[in-house]
Order: sequence, then C-alpha cells, then structure tokens
Amino acid sequence: MPLLNLTLKVWRQENANSEGRIETYEAKEIPTSASFLEMIDIVNERLIKDGQEPIHFDHDCREGICGMCSMTINGIPHSKERGITTCQLHMRKFSDGETIWIEPFRANAFPVVKDLVIDRSAFDRVIGAGGYISVRTGSAPDAHAIPIPKKDADAAFDAAACIGCGACVAACKNASAMLFVSAKASHLNHLPQGQVEKDQRVLGMVRQMDEEGFGNCTNQFECEAVCPKEISADHIAKLNRDYLVASARDATS
Amino acid sequence: MSLDSKVPNGPLADKWTSHKMDSKLINPANKRKFKIIVVGSGLAGGSAAATLSELGYNVDCFCYQDSPRRAHSIAAQGGINAAKNYQNDGDSVHRLFYDTIKGGDFRSREGNVHRLAEVSTEIIDQCVAQGVPFAREYGGLLDNRSFGGAQVKRTFYARGQTGQQLLIGCYQALEKEIAKGGVTMHSRTEMLDLVVVDGQAKGIVVRNLVTGEISSHAADAVILATGGYGNVFYLSTNAMGCNVMASFRAHKRGAFMANPCYTQIHPTCIPVSGDYQSKLTLMSESLRNDGRIWVPNSKEDAAAIREGKKKASDISEDDRDYYLERKYPSFGNLCPRDIASRAAKECCDEGRGVAPTGLGVFLDFKDAIARDGEDAIRARYGNLFQMYEKISGENPYAQPMQIYPAVHYTMGGLWVDYNLMSNLPGLHVLGEANFSDHGANRLGASALMQGLADGYFVIPSTIAVYLANQKPGAVTTNHAEFKKVENEVKDRLKSLMEIKGSKSVDSFHRELGLLIWDKCGMARDREGLQEALRRIPEIRNEFWTNVRIPGSASGLNAELEKAGRVADFIDFAEVLCHDALNREESCGGHFRSEHQFTESDTEVQDGTTQTGEAKRHDDQFQYVAAWEHVEPGTPPILHKEELIFEDVKPSIRSYK
Repeated sequence: MPLLNLTLKVWRQENANSEGRIETYEAKEIPTSASFLEMIDIVNERLIKDGQEPIHFDHDCREGICGMCSMTINGIPHSKERGITTCQLHMRKFSDGETIWIEPFRANAFPVVKDLVIDRSAFDRVIGAGGYISVRTGSAPDAHAIPIPKKDADAAFDAAACIGCGACVAACKNASAMLFVSAKASHLNHLPQGQVEKDQRVLGMVRQMDEEGFGNCTNQFECEAVCPKEISADHIAKLNRDYLVASARDATS
Repeated sequence: MSLDSKVPNGPLADKWTSHKMDSKLINPANKRKFKIIVVGSGLAGGSAAATLSELGYNVDCFCYQDSPRRAHSIAAQGGINAAKNYQNDGDSVHRLFYDTIKGGDFRSREGNVHRLAEVSTEIIDQCVAQGVPFAREYGGLLDNRSFGGAQVKRTFYARGQTGQQLLIGCYQALEKEIAKGGVTMHSRTEMLDLVVVDGQAKGIVVRNLVTGEISSHAADAVILATGGYGNVFYLSTNAMGCNVMASFRAHKRGAFMANPCYTQIHPTCIPVSGDYQSKLTLMSESLRNDGRIWVPNSKEDAAAIREGKKKASDISEDDRDYYLERKYPSFGNLCPRDIASRAAKECCDEGRGVAPTGLGVFLDFKDAIARDGEDAIRARYGNLFQMYEKISGENPYAQPMQIYPAVHYTMGGLWVDYNLMSNLPGLHVLGEANFSDHGANRLGASALMQGLADGYFVIPSTIAVYLANQKPGAVTTNHAEFKKVENEVKDRLKSLMEIKGSKSVDSFHRELGLLIWDKCGMARDREGLQEALRRIPEIRNEFWTNVRIPGSASGLNAELEKAGRVADFIDFAEVLCHDALNREESCGGHFRSEHQFTESDTEVQDGTTQTGEAKRHDDQFQYVAAWEHVEPGTPPILHKEELIFEDVKPSIRSYK
C-alpha cells in the first residue's frame, strides 16, 4: 500500500482562555487508505510515545452522521472535497510531501474549548427556541391520518438531513448560521404537522440565532458549498419569506 | 438472590394493559417534586428525558458528547419495525412478537417482547407527529421495506438515515423541554460512578469533561440509557466514544449483568483494511433487499480475485455460490444477521473470501440494476453507495461491494425486570444497555423500536411503580455516601494519571479487542475462552502499570477519558467470557463450536435443519444468566432467571 509523508500545521490551544498557535508536526508513513482522522490518530500515537500531549479534536461516529468532527482543512471546513465530513475524508486525496493546515471551525458563537475542539451549544439553544413540533408523547393521531404529498416529504427530508456540524457557520465570512436555521425551519415548515407553530418557530429561532452572536447572511453561499449533506441555500430564501410573513402577522395580531 | 421478572399474570396480550391499570400513579402535583437522572441522550435516554419532563418530573440528563443530538442512535441506517400492517400483508402485533422471539432464538421474555410489539405502532404515530420525514409513496402514505427474519414489509424508514431522523425528532422534543426548564442538560459530562444509598440507586458522580471537575448529583431514581458494549472488541460499528463504563460502574455497585455473551455480528460491513483502522462501517441490512451475496465456487477463483488477477465480472454465473439463497431458499439473502454472518465466515474459512485480506464476500447489485435500472437503485440506496465509495474508493454501481461481518450490537446488558428496573432498586436501564427484549439475536430495525418503546412508552409509566413508594428528595448530595464515592472516583483518576508508563491507551484497547474478537467473536469454544480468561488479567496488570496518559486530570483530556473506559472494558471482558464459557449451547449471536448440528443428529437426517447450525439445549439453558460482581479476577456469581414460554413453543429456528 502506498505511504505518504506529510507536514501538518495544526492549531493548538490549551483552553478557552489561552492564546492559540500553529504547531508543526511530521505525519510519517500514512497509508492512503486511512481516513483523515486515522492519520491524526497515528500522529497522536507518536506524540504520546514522545511524551507530548496529543492533538485534541472532536469525533465520534466516524461515518459522517453524528456531526461531531469539525476541522478546517487547508482553509475549508471539512476540506475541499464536496459532500463529506472530516471523518469521511481519506488520505488517498492527498499526495506525498504535502503540507496540510488544520484549524478549528472558527466563529464567535463557537468558542474554542481546546485545540480543534469547539463549543457549539449555541445550536442547541436555537433548536430549543422553536426547532420542534410540540407533540406530547402518546397524544399523536394515527400516522396515516394526514397523508403528505411525496414532494413535500422529500423536500422536508432534504432539509432534515442537516447534521448540525457548523461547517456552514465556519465557512461564512460573517459566521452566519442561516443555513442551519433555515434547514430546520424548512424541514418542519414543509410538513402539515409543522404549520401550527410555524410563525413562532421562525421568529423564535431567528431571535435566538441573533442573540448567540451569529452574523448576517449576505448570500455568498459558501455555506452550501461546504455543507457535508449538500443542503441547498434555497432554504434560506424560504426562511426569509416565512420570517417576513410571520413578522407581518405578529405585528398585526 | 432470586430474580423476579415481575411479568404480570394473565393472557399475554393483556399483560401490559392490565399492568398499567394495576400500577400506582403519581399525581400531577407531586411529579414535580421528584427528580430523575437520565444518563445517555440517544433514542432511549432522549425520549425518556423528554417524556418524563412532559409528565412533570424534574429531569437531569447527561451525555458525553457536545450535544444530545450526537448519540450513536443517529448512525442507525435501515429502519424501525412496527406492526402497523399498512401493507395488508398479514402483519399483526402477534406476528411481530413471534418474529422477534424466534429471531432471538427463544432466549427472551415473552411479556417484554409482546409489549414491545404492542407499543411499536404508537412509536410511528408519535414520530410522524413530531415531523420525522419517513419515506412516503406518491399517494402520500408511508412506505415500508422488509428486513431480515421477517416475511412481511413492516419496516418504516427515512432513506438510509432512519436513526438520524428519529433521534433528531427526539432531540427536538428534548430541547423543547430544556428550554421550558423541565430538563437540565449536562453535555460533555461523563458518569464515573453510581451512588447507592441503603441499597437503592440515588445518584451519580460525574466528571465535567471540559473542566475536569468531579461533582455529585442526587435523584429519586436513576435511569441508564448508555448503549451497548460492542467496543470491547475495539473494532466495531459503534462510535468511538461508546463504552460500558456507566453499566459496568452500576454492575460493580451491585447491578447484575445479564447475558453478555449475546453479541451481534452484523453481516454487511466494509472489511478491515489495515491495523491503523479505528472503526468499521456498516452497510445497512436494507441492501439485502436487492443485493445478492456470493463468493466464487472455487478457491482458485477467490485467490485470483484477491490477487487482482480476476474481477467479479470475470466469474460466470455457474461459478458463483449465492450461498444464502442456496442454504436458505425461503429467506435467502434476508435471513437473520447471526446466520448470514456465520455463513460468510464459513465461506472465508474455506478459502473462498474475496477481499485482499481473505475476509470479505461480494454483495452484488448487478441483477437489481438490470431489473430496476440504476436510477431506482440510486433512489433506494444512494447515500449508502456513496458512503461505500468514499471509504473504499470503488464504485459499487460498476462492481459488487465487498463486505464482511463486524461487531454491531449487543443484546446482553444490565438485568431488568418488566418495569425496566434492575435488581438494584431505583436503577432503571433502557435501550441497548438492558438485556431484555432481543434474546440471543436482534432482528434488523428492532433496536430503534426498542429504544423508543422504552423511552417514550414504557419507563414513563413503569417508573411510577418505584417512585410511588419513595419520599421525594429524601436523599441529597450531603449524604456521606456521595462524598465517599466522589473520593473513590478521584482516587481512581489519580492512580491512572500516576502510572506514567510507556504504552498508549489505544494500544491496550486494540490488544484486548483482538483477543476478544479471536476467542469470543463469531465462534467460541471452551479452550479459547479459557485462554482469554488467562490473558485478560495479564492485560489488566500491564495496563495498570504501563499505560501512559499525558496531560492532567484538570481539563479536557481525551486520553484520560479513554483510559477509564478501557479499564472497564478489560474488567467487563472477563464477565463476557465467563458467560460465554458457562453457556454450553449455541443460540443466536452466541455460537459455541462444540454445539452445532452434525450428520448424526436426527434433526439433520429428517431435514428440519442442516449441519453447522446452532444447537440450543433448552433443557439446561433456557434461562437468563445474570452475573453478580465480586471483584476483578474473581469469577462473578451466576443467578438464573428461568424463561417461561406460555404462548410460543421454542423450536429449532429454521429459515430454510
């Protein structure tokens, strides 16, 4: 199996309050079939052997669905490969001798916890501000009581595929969370079950998004380009429409 | 100690209804006085926390991830079973019950399984109302697919991301309750011990993973929904953080560990490619609806494929062995997981494996693509095919996938009664962390069903049975026992940090995993298990004298987190091997090489089964093995719960 020798430039930061810096590491004899995170595992194994602290990074499922991994690789969240998370990136995409820059997802609303680990709890609070349908357990009607046209169900699904990783925020020059927020609003607003709370949902989520310190959307669509689930920026347009209607209704009620 | 399952009397179909009627209730004004701890935020924990809060209880929920939305339930691909019979193909609650009991090789409790089948239909209603985007037909109604071990279509699905969609539904409900103040969420917080006061579980000691701070939390009841122990094998389809610590800490404090030898090896995973590998990736069982599994008839062809001299397409139809279709004509590629996995192992053991390592078989979509077109296959499995291509670098539309079995799910877990309470009063265990519903083998699309059944519908009702006799808030963290456990936790962390050896935590985990996979994996025998039991103490000794954990305990330290988990995996592995050694029979996911059908058995001669199939010994082993902890290195004590079958008659499982 071909092996790669690489130079890593990695963001190291002790904790939220300390200064960060870029450190250089050699990644030697990396198999091309290893994943990017397995490459870091190999580097960490050597750092531990050498008595140094390993590079901290978030990861869990390592199959592109939990949304935990969050590295900016050569300046692009989840790397320049389209439609993948960091954990789905494989070393066959790199060539021998390359230098790779690895940084955390950067945004004011995502403070660094340590090294490449960030705090994304702002997303949880945005969901808590309206990203749900209120249905007390046990009070639901039969699942077939409301047929849903396939195209609406599919559109809802496309938006619901969001894994909450935050790459959209990290890619945006304004650190806007509009793709994340609009994906959740669009998922629920596309469904008949989601109509009752639609207005309070968009008003509540947008208010919370602003309070968390995310920036404004200026339609650059960097978010869409890095989204590992390739969620369309069209959802942002839908959120803007839904928000406008909700604000008008809110003002006149 | 006698184990009382507390399964209610009366006809099977009435047990759950009458139990709810006969159980005590907590009046709404009193619920808010009770505090309940929920550890884990996956389908079982998340749904329990949200629902208990909706009912008015005060809930503290803990997870080690940065958000409750990331629990590993999210990775379930294929679907969730429910006896809706929307397909009008003869499904019913009783049929789902029977399929599940049979799939579990008659090693689960009738009462629990029937209840699971009963509430399955309500789960679908609940999830649809929450906005879970299940697959639909053009008429707007829900679509279904079929899964292993069933001859009806009862599996609801959301493309290949069913677990994600169900978990997000439940996470949204949880966030709603958090925002309302009913649930206090503690993310990036790991439970390091259980606190037992006067024989009852009354709280936990946790570590804040960011600050390293150790703190105590008291409650009127504790719920563990902390998943399975598949990572004892090191390589599995579990997430990297999945661990047995919460369950094992409870086990050390007196909770019995039941049937740990029932481990599920999933037949369709991407084969191992190198020793740097950190985890294995599942390819959903749903692929077996359209994919055909085969290896070449001859070892020579298989060798040529391994060496790259031949491709799958060079092997003619006559030279292929579609071994599942050959051996199990009526279920074919959709036979249960344990059977499909063992069959793959047999082919590879015969030298007919096709992956470069020799450990791989083909999963071929050629016929399905010819029949339905590539677009139809892409619509059904697009994301799975894409995932395969990303990992392997090969295009599965053009050539068959290579797959091999991998550890996926664990049926064993902490012993619980019908109320999902362990033998330690106050400690309740839900989802994969308990042992109760899947017997010796779990059918596909039943894990999501069980997690949500336990969390949404069972525990909200059965926890009152315990709480009704409790004075709310009777025990606080001021109790001396909390201080004592906190100190024990701190001492353990200190001793780990002070070892300052030369080997990484991962290297111990890998060593343990290889040993367990080798001796207690897809096939086990007495000699191998005894060897594992000799080796585990050696690994433990070396771990506690030579592990190296850099950094300090007072901040984020991933190596320290892993060390605590691996230390418990080592101790847990002993219980696992003792259980596998004790169970002198083969059933479901537990295959003892000494116990299989041979030519000399009448069941083989009369065609009931065939050679090499699992041979149960109902006369001796029709019981739940619940193990009591003594101390590491000393064999645990066996307690038995006899399994009583009033409705079904255990038979030789046949999928021919």
